[in-house]
Amino acid sequence: METNALELKAITKRFPGVLANDRVDFQLRKGEIHALLGENGAGKTTLMNIVYGLYHQDAGEILVNGAPVAIRDPNDAIRRGIGMVHQHFMLIPVFTVAENIILGTETVRHGVVLDRQTASARIRALSHQYGLDVNPDLLVHDLPVGVQQRVEIVKALYRQADVLILDEPTAVLTPQEAGDLFRIMRELTGRGVSIIFITHKLKEVLEIADRITTLRAGRVVGTVTPAETDEHKLAAMMVGREVILTVEKQPAQPAAEVLRVEHLRVLDERKVPVVNDASFTVRAGEVLGIAGVQGNGQTELVEALTGLRAATGGKITLLDQAVTNQPPRPIIERGVAHVPEDRHKHGLVLPFPISDNLVLCTYYQTPFARGWQMDYAAIDANARERIRDFDVRTPSPFIPVESLSGGNQQKVIVAREFSRPIKLLILNQPTRGLDVGSIEYIHRRVIEWRDRGCAVLLVSAELDEILSLADRIAVIYKGRILETLNAVDATREQLGLLMAGVTQTPAAQ
Amino acid sequence: MAQSSESPFARRALNLVRLGFNELTVPVLAVVTALVVGGLVMLVAGGDPLLAYLGLWEGAFGDAKAISETFVWATPYIFAGLAVALAFKGGLFNIGAEGQLAMGAVVAAWIGYALPGVLKIELPAFIHIPLAVLGGAFAGGIWGAIPGWLKAKTGAHEVINTIMMNYIILLIASFLLNGPMKDPNPLNVIARTPSIAESARVPRLLPDLRVHWGFVFALGVVVLVWWLLYKTTVGFEIRTVGTNPNAGQYAGMNVAWITVLTMGLSGALAGLAGTIEVTALNYRHELSFSLGYGFDAITVALLGKTHPVGVALAAILMGAMRNGATRMQFLTQVPVDIVSVIQSLILLFVAADVIVRFLFRIRTPKQGDAMMTRGWS
Repeated sequence: METNALELKAITKRFPGVLANDRVDFQLRKGEIHALLGENGAGKTTLMNIVYGLYHQDAGEILVNGAPVAIRDPNDAIRRGIGMVHQHFMLIPVFTVAENIILGTETVRHGVVLDRQTASARIRALSHQYGLDVNPDLLVHDLPVGVQQRVEIVKALYRQADVLILDEPTAVLTPQEAGDLFRIMRELTGRGVSIIFITHKLKEVLEIADRITTLRAGRVVGTVTPAETDEHKLAAMMVGREVILTVEKQPAQPAAEVLRVEHLRVLDERKVPVVNDASFTVRAGEVLGIAGVQGNGQTELVEALTGLRAATGGKITLLDQAVTNQPPRPIIERGVAHVPEDRHKHGLVLPFPISDNLVLCTYYQTPFARGWQMDYAAIDANARERIRDFDVRTPSPFIPVESLSGGNQQKVIVAREFSRPIKLLILNQPTRGLDVGSIEYIHRRVIEWRDRGCAVLLVSAELDEILSLADRIAVIYKGRILETLNAVDATREQLGLLMAGVTQTPAAQ
Repeated sequence: MAQSSESPFARRALNLVRLGFNELTVPVLAVVTALVVGGLVMLVAGGDPLLAYLGLWEGAFGDAKAISETFVWATPYIFAGLAVALAFKGGLFNIGAEGQLAMGAVVAAWIGYALPGVLKIELPAFIHIPLAVLGGAFAGGIWGAIPGWLKAKTGAHEVINTIMMNYIILLIASFLLNGPMKDPNPLNVIARTPSIAESARVPRLLPDLRVHWGFVFALGVVVLVWWLLYKTTVGFEIRTVGTNPNAGQYAGMNVAWITVLTMGLSGALAGLAGTIEVTALNYRHELSFSLGYGFDAITVALLGKTHPVGVALAAILMGAMRNGATRMQFLTQVPVDIVSVIQSLILLFVAADVIVRFLFRIRTPKQGDAMMTRGWS
């Protein structure tokens, strides 16, 4: 039998209060793509950090090419041919690709001069060999996210990795970029590299993996091949119960108009018009989905609606009152809740405790404040209640929100925004980067609010999400609403064409 | 889920104690390390570090007079340290405390001597003292608010602008104290104002010691700043905007106004440092009175971990070292300048806490929780 490129035997890792890995067994065969599947907090990243030398196991054994090894730190891991591409890239934006790649393994000429030429040449060769298309002389901050990720892969290959760990590599990619990545992964395995692919996206796993190992609560649930499983079975393995992947909902019962947007125009930072004459309405009790490829003005549209960005033309009417270019607070106070696209940038104050983040928009109102003075007893009580109601997994309401997993951070935002008397709910990419359980949960809550008579505006790049939640779908392309369809009539193909800017009826413009 | 059965209050209190302990570790070890390295410097220079530190201790806390002088020294450090710390909490780096305290000193001195002396307005002490003190604080506040406003309106970085504001006020003060505000006493040859009126003088705490009510006032302001930052809606806004201005805007806070307010409050605190020196200690403004309190305040704020109580402790430590240095030099001939060396080392070890963490094998916290200011861009 051929030896495994990497084998883990009964790895156990305990953190204070948590058993992160419980006797985990895992084999990576040479040249395979082995997906490590699990919800946030299941122990995938901990396990890989042990392999990469960032943590040390409390018990268990690591074998590289059949031989037991001790991995003390990442340098040890690299020496043994293990490379890791982290979810958040470890690149220096103002350095060139080549400088980033050689960082830590610089070679010099005449004792002092950095040998860029040799490095660049090697990077070009590697990049060509694996079809990675990376130019060593460009600055990293000029590169799109997908290319930055390839730089990380080249960095690992440059250090002669033959085991590559990719931690949630598609979380930051567009579907197009994800496709490119999968092609590259196949190329790599074809040349003898073995890949561990950490993810919680079921479709991707079925598409690319040779074998799938699922972790739940630190334990291996099982290892299967894509042929013998499907999305439902995998989801059930991950979550530990049957998961409803499609949202059950009754037909919408739209009532009075809540939001009316007419001929809206918005510029981006570079003063380029990115929302161009957009018009639509949202009524109480319905979900309007805005579908579109990322970067077609969705971000700026939502920012204009929530008062975070000035509109240069057009009119926004909220509950029969013009709110165009009002600051955020009056808009919030009229009953708008906003789950922002970037939860770290807008949605949370990361070092603040969960309890403070839960009152970020209402800290100055009763019961959280009396006059000038904050009432921390009320804030704490609120936190406990929200954490219970929205099932936020945390040991305490007072730990910094940054120590929560992504899914739980999003739940904190949802718990905050859904807990006010709201008339309009604006959701921008509400489930990006979340696990199946959290997505199911958030979707259910959105429909619940719709049925209570709330108007919902859902912006999402995930067509599945739009199709399962929206009652009407508006497709945005280059800042224009090309067409608005009833969700029951819309087909994937039709939406796909519209998202690419192809209209059948010119009148729709 | 995972609610424990203990009372939430006890849990929170426990958390706070643990947090406090963790927060204290690095500053305390930084001071210890600085003292050890300072001792080595003395050894190399031929001094006796143990004797020197004994002298430092005696000079700072040896008797009632020593303690009194330590508190006198600490007072401006407390105010100026609070000023820098409050700005840090708001995500702003106020290097202008020196200028803001000069502004406060000039205005307080003018209110102190010119109201009765020039304008012939006689005031009772219970009006004159608060007027001088608050006038100085207000002036410092304006001097701080200007760079705040520039930052809010144009994005101009407050570090650059507060430094420039320092030069402006120090030169204006130099002009005033050599010209219109100069002490007309024929015996006077230096740049200083006339003495302030008796009615504007902050009284002493005890008859024979110089320690004054200004020190007690400073401790009161420590509590006030703590209350403002951690118990009020304004403090919540300052800390939110200081940590994540985008989230502040998202939450409906007026980020521009909070920026101006933070710098204004910071300037007012620095102004108090100058004001109290004038009204409670020197009874006049002398151009050379500030020995760089505004800059030492940065060390104080960082050593105090930008927490008001930490700032008070750091300020007393700094005051003690400054005060004890004379006794140390008398005993051991180790020059007082060694205190500046130790102070610089403290700043180094607090700012570059990696060194201390490495020396004492302290584990680094998970995330960068010590973000002081936002970046330059």
